[in-house]
Amino acid sequence: MAAPPQAPRVVATPLIALQAIHVMWLREMLRFVRAPSRVIGSLAMPLLFLAFLGAGLRGTAPGVSPEGDYLTFLAPGMMGMTLLMGSVFSGLHVLWDRQFGFLREIMVTPVSRLSILLGRIAGGMTMAVFQGTLVCLGALLLGADLTAGPLDILVTAATMALIGVAFVSVGLVFASILDDFHGFSLIVNFFVFPIFFLSGALFPVDRLPVWLRPLCYADPLTYGVDLLRGSLTGVSAFPMWLDFTVLGGFCAVMLALGSLLFSRLEVT
Amino acid sequence: MSGDGDIAVQVDGLVKRYKKVVAVDGISFSIERGELFGMLGPNGAGKTTTLGILSTLRRKDAGDARVWGFDVARQRAEVRRRIGIVFQEFSLDDKLTGRENLDFHGRLFGMPRALRRERMAEVLELVDLTGRAKDQVEKYSGGMKRRLEIARGLMHAPPLLFLDEPTLGLDAQTRRQIWDYLAEMNRTAGVTMILTTHYMDEADTLCGRVAIVDHGKIVACDTPQALKASLGGDAVTLEVEGGAEIRTALAGLPFVSKVAPREGALELTLDRAESRVPELVDAVRGSGGQLRSLNLRKPTLEDVFLHYTGRQMRDAHEDAGAISRAQRRR
Repeated sequence: MAAPPQAPRVVATPLIALQAIHVMWLREMLRFVRAPSRVIGSLAMPLLFLAFLGAGLRGTAPGVSPEGDYLTFLAPGMMGMTLLMGSVFSGLHVLWDRQFGFLREIMVTPVSRLSILLGRIAGGMTMAVFQGTLVCLGALLLGADLTAGPLDILVTAATMALIGVAFVSVGLVFASILDDFHGFSLIVNFFVFPIFFLSGALFPVDRLPVWLRPLCYADPLTYGVDLLRGSLTGVSAFPMWLDFTVLGGFCAVMLALGSLLFSRLEVT
Repeated sequence: MSGDGDIAVQVDGLVKRYKKVVAVDGISFSIERGELFGMLGPNGAGKTTTLGILSTLRRKDAGDARVWGFDVARQRAEVRRRIGIVFQEFSLDDKLTGRENLDFHGRLFGMPRALRRERMAEVLELVDLTGRAKDQVEKYSGGMKRRLEIARGLMHAPPLLFLDEPTLGLDAQTRRQIWDYLAEMNRTAGVTMILTTHYMDEADTLCGRVAIVDHGKIVACDTPQALKASLGGDAVTLEVEGGAEIRTALAGLPFVSKVAPREGALELTLDRAESRVPELVDAVRGSGGQLRSLNLRKPTLEDVFLHYTGRQMRDAHEDAGAISRAQRRR
């Protein structure tokens, strides 16, 4: 019995896992560089919202702090919306990879599924944070009164990253459950939009009828938007520790669920 | 459990079911290092499923399958490092360039940068894509995409390459070109290959050994020459004018194994018929007959398929629908 052919493996296993994460991340970046219109285009809606709602409702939105400046109130909300949609769609993109075979090519390499998943999440999160940052800069240009010290910037960045990881994972969960694109509009209409409207992105949660408020409190994005608003405008509804606990917990659960479902995915 | 370097693939009693449909029905075969092995059969015969199990993508239901001595179900990572796969369907990232597709593949196999560069240049050269390597894959033609997928399958220098219908949907010229690349890789680099096909000419031209697969079973497995020879020889059809003595004279020739009348002509079965034509003509003339026409036909793998399964390959495609539908529903 002769020895089996040498495998052309040259890098140790833990490094290959990091390499896989890097490759999946790099792929997202390259796809962005190749088709920047896709990402830039997704900024149109939040910026139009900011420009028109912010200007149109200026001073006519009582109860909105600070002092009825709706543009400033809206800016963190639009960042939240952008992060939400960018992340969920990025996770859902795995559906396309499944449909068009690229995922299968990745799955037959020796790298673990977990590292594939983490790389995907890292890539989607990076893009979402990038989009969120652009919306923030756009809001500043439009005249939103956002002020942040170094610590606030750190909190903003951490919040954007958490929202990104959590909702890319949500997208991956959906992509693992669905078999084709037919469920796509269902997810947008019955998941993404409710999460957005209930999150306090457009109006303060305490202005909603009492019966709706529990739904708002159950919406993980509520805490993300609250963190962004707290760090960028100084006004928040919940203590920061509560925001971080809920958002972090949701993020961890979704990450775990995503990796579980992804590891069970049979790719043929 | 250690590997084995001489036996690339060893399959014993492999079974795979999709719901009620048995896609792979207890097949067994083995492939030695350096072989170019083909699985020929209609759509839905179980070829792709077998390849899927061997490449660790699908789970088997029963039986034993080993690649280089490693169990495909329990030693997936060991198997994956030693195989390359060219899928039936498109599996490149068309937003990336040819180089990037290869580079990412190399990274996922843990190849360091210098080695990736070296291999990329080699495999791109092999499939004649060096000049187009920096273009996005979406700008490639169908044949170029196929070639890039083959290059990617070879990128990490696997000793065994799986190819699922490698020339499906390509034009005749591109197919021939791809055959040349594959034969070259097999001959010079010693890459062992297993490919599935439902093209008779592909199996015949390219493969050293062919397994004919039907309804999840291997009905025959040998070199294309031996498979064709197993039918008893070449077919020669003679249109003659004359009496019954012609038939007697032909049947009396020592190298003719069978003479049968068919639609006013005589059909002969014999080995190496091309070298016997003068003797056949002499035999007809010698018995007072006159030769109107002579048609010599070498048996094809199509004839072999017909012989072993009792039907034509194109008919077999149709009743394969049930299995492929069951696979899609999963």
